[in-house]
Amino acid sequence: MHALTNRFHFLFRSTKGLILVAIASISLATVFFGMLSGPMEEFGVKSWMVKNLGVSLLPQEREGRIIILYHTLAMAVVAIETYMITALVPMSKNQQANINATITIGYLTSFIFGLLFAYFGHNYVFHGLFIAGQSIVFLAGVMLTAVLWPWRKEYRIQDSERSRTRGGVDLERMAFFLMAVATLGSAIFGAVAGSMFGNGFESFLAEDIVREPFKTPLELAVIGHLHIMLTLIAVALTLILSRAYDFKGRLHKLAMPLMIVGTIIITLGVWAVVPFEAIAHVIINVGSFPVLVASLLLVYYGWKQSSDRRLAELNISKPNFWQRLKALLHDPVRFGTLWQMVYMNFVVTAVGIFMAIKLDEIIRKWPAREERIALTGHWHVLAGIIATIILLHYADMVGLKGRVRQVFGWVIIIFSDLAFGAVAVFETKRLFVDELSQQPLVDAVILLTDIGLASVLVALGALMFWRLIDLFKAKGLWKRELGEEVQETPEIVTAEPAGKEVLP
Amino acid sequence: MTRRIIALFVLVLFLSACATPQLPTSTERIETGVDPEAWVTVPAGPFLYGIHEHEVDIPYDYEIMVTHVTNAQYAAYLNQALSSGDLKIQNNQVVGYYQGDPFHGKKHEEPIEAGDWPHITLQTAGSRLVYDGKAFSVLPGYDNHPVTMVTWFGAKAYCEAQGGRLPSEQEWEKAARGAEDNRAYPWGDQLERNQANYYSSLDIFEKVLGKGGDTTPVGFYNGQSYNGYTTLDNASLYGVYDMAGNVWQWTGNVYEGTHYRYLRGGSKMDYGYNLRVWTRNSVPPYYEGPSIGFRCVRGGASAQVSK
Repeated sequence: MHALTNRFHFLFRSTKGLILVAIASISLATVFFGMLSGPMEEFGVKSWMVKNLGVSLLPQEREGRIIILYHTLAMAVVAIETYMITALVPMSKNQQANINATITIGYLTSFIFGLLFAYFGHNYVFHGLFIAGQSIVFLAGVMLTAVLWPWRKEYRIQDSERSRTRGGVDLERMAFFLMAVATLGSAIFGAVAGSMFGNGFESFLAEDIVREPFKTPLELAVIGHLHIMLTLIAVALTLILSRAYDFKGRLHKLAMPLMIVGTIIITLGVWAVVPFEAIAHVIINVGSFPVLVASLLLVYYGWKQSSDRRLAELNISKPNFWQRLKALLHDPVRFGTLWQMVYMNFVVTAVGIFMAIKLDEIIRKWPAREERIALTGHWHVLAGIIATIILLHYADMVGLKGRVRQVFGWVIIIFSDLAFGAVAVFETKRLFVDELSQQPLVDAVILLTDIGLASVLVALGALMFWRLIDLFKAKGLWKRELGEEVQETPEIVTAEPAGKEVLP
Repeated sequence: MTRRIIALFVLVLFLSACATPQLPTSTERIETGVDPEAWVTVPAGPFLYGIHEHEVDIPYDYEIMVTHVTNAQYAAYLNQALSSGDLKIQNNQVVGYYQGDPFHGKKHEEPIEAGDWPHITLQTAGSRLVYDGKAFSVLPGYDNHPVTMVTWFGAKAYCEAQGGRLPSEQEWEKAARGAEDNRAYPWGDQLERNQANYYSSLDIFEKVLGKGGDTTPVGFYNGQSYNGYTTLDNASLYGVYDMAGNVWQWTGNVYEGTHYRYLRGGSKMDYGYNLRVWTRNSVPPYYEGPSIGFRCVRGGASAQVSK
């Protein structure tokens, strides 16, 4: 009994255990529901699942199923980020425990009952619990936001290396706080429309109505909601890495104000989409620029920190370019978390900007279904990149070492980027080939995508399997992590921030 | 050794991606037994429209073609229209007059002004029609396949020459879905691979040309077997064939604030979910594509500008 209790404590009360549960949940859902589309559908796996596992796939409910699946996965990702934030940002242990417990109950409730409702038969109890779970996640967000309030005296900082106001207000904490406020407001933005009661709203996938000349305010709100939520997840992750890597110095002082200003402008731009649709995108673009610059400053700092550390280990004081590059690539896990942020600029940002600039000239000359492929590919890649960053950072947190760290890191980087690159080509294929000539290119990029994603899933599966086996060991890694947690949890600080070292 | 194998694999993959497929210039003619000259009546009355299943009433009977317009039918029409002077050839295109759309200056809206607009392009890749300088003919074996590479203007003009018009979106969907229930496909809620021509449906044409395959003869999916390949009947409740898959179908609506024309039915290039009766696609009216065809309706009210 004691052994079970300890493991329960690890899985549901420690940061690393909670993150492990959430990643495992997402992994299982991805593997299971991934069987219902793409190559697995073509291989007949989908039909088998419908016949043998009781999966209900009425074609009339497809859009609703997808919306629920996205929400359940998003809730788990938001929970992972919350666990990371409560572990990294100074707060009391009680506050951390309360927020973590609340969001865990919330995301698991919405995750389990949302998927049951969507794929195993409609039932008002399941749907009610799906909504209730999301409401609890929202409550956890309110609690987190209150805790993150940056103007409290105990959270003011004196460290001149960190971005702060003259009065000592920690601008990184302020960035976290504003991100949390924006997330709550943006959740309401979608929830008001999605609550449906009496407002006449009918569920839809945004990519299906992009060409509609007249959109209702509720439709615009939902389109804004899905865009800003993914953006804020990315902003939160950037801030988490900033904190985890102890980002400081001149670049930090520049990056944090940029992040704050960018987050505010983007959020207001998205919220403005309902009354001022015509100019909303301009505002969003203006806000995106400082956020992108801030994230690239973090990349520069993180890479320099990583390579400096390796060079110090090798006693190289004046490295040439190749020595520095080799030192940087020595640790693929640390390198990869930041590289993925850079790679995103090639396969998401650049593609997005091109599409926006050439929208009427090129994209809107294609059939809407082609534009739809470009849109869905675009944000699938963005979501996928965010997932790989989380995965690499988790591998960093749990201290993968030696050859395993090398193999895991490089497999995630190379094969996910192969897949994302292939998807970027697929979604923009009409720029290179017409419909009549596309099949060889499509076959090649789909094969590359499948190879890339399958490799990432195998690496993820291996990581999860290792952690599962570890749970059966009396003195496994889980026990050490549970012990470390007690010592590492940041307490209220009065002077210096908790610059945590997470490298193994 | 492993590295060489991987390098060779990558090289072959890249080379295969750059390969240009040979387009077929003929195909085996398959007789389906379904008459492309046939029309059926869709009776007046309400039906469930769209994914959200709003009850919509179409208060008149109308007739709809049982199949897509075929290459043979369109070639015959072109020859007749060119000889009568209704259409003309200009800059490698068959063109005809269109009275233009009302323009509202909405964002992304393009003006479609009165004047001559293209109906088809001559000698273009993907077309199964051949023009020898005097008359149009059809590539061998393709006469009973749906005509493709025809613009909205060309489809509209054809239907009007037959005393009909392009169906409105509602007329099209009612003919596909029927008025009995909320079915997703013309025959019910289950899509089997041998019931419609869609992407990776493994039909006999995909075995030769890859997952996108080729157009199938109109009425191909009618329960018959062809060289050992057994099909399921995909007729709607009114006996209309291929309202799911094969090639998209132009509809007639001209909407306020947009120049786009809407397509229904899905095609050989689309995954199965695009074949659901309410799925919409859209392109500019001057677009011509190898996965776009049409059929006509006659009787009842005509499609008008609508919001």
